[in-house]
Amino acid sequence: MKIEILGVGCPKCKQLTANTEAALKELGICADISKVTDIAKITEYGVMLTPALAVDGTVVSAGKVLSKDEIKRIISK
Amino acid sequence: MVGNCMCNETGVLIFSCSGASDVGELSDKVARKMAKCGQAKMFCLAGIGAHIPGMIESTKAANKLIAIDGCPVSCSKNTLEQAGFKVTAFNLKDMGFEKGKTKVDEASIEKGLSKITGGKVEESNSSISSCCS
Repeated sequence: MKIEILGVGCPKCKQLTANTEAALKELGICADISKVTDIAKITEYGVMLTPALAVDGTVVSAGKVLSKDEIKRIISK
Repeated sequence: MVGNCMCNETGVLIFSCSGASDVGELSDKVARKMAKCGQAKMFCLAGIGAHIPGMIESTKAANKLIAIDGCPVSCSKNTLEQAGFKVTAFNLKDMGFEKGKTKVDEASIEKGLSKITGGKVEESNSSISSCCS
């Protein structure tokens, strides 16, 4: 599984990263987490509002900091 | 680098039909003028129609969506609604612009803009402040 956090590195992006790491840990899933901070690359995903979360190349959330439980639900689908 | 952070832009998104006709062109220019004035952030209707996940998710995060259509076919409004969004819709036909008979110039753009910022909306709970001049 490939997880990408899209955002330029503000506190909201960092919180989403932390929540994602916590969700993966609780689910016992080992995934690649990478940060996409380049605005040109972020907009290539169609994302206009950050932070955003992409799972295996598909954006599943944008413009909000998902909670750990929300991320767990999304990843478990 | 957080100077260009995109995390505080969950405001108003505007979509125009940007159709091939004169009124389609006018819808596009009115939307761009609104965006230039800082009234809203213009977004791509085609991305909604194409179900681009990043665009759908970004649109979900907006506080308010405005659709501007040039003619009664209302492609912008319908595209957004079919994607499950609630929109505040404006139609240039309701403002007196006729397809095939509309001159796309600064006066028309200003007229369309003033009709929209003047609060002539389909939803009564909407309010938009006046545009910059």
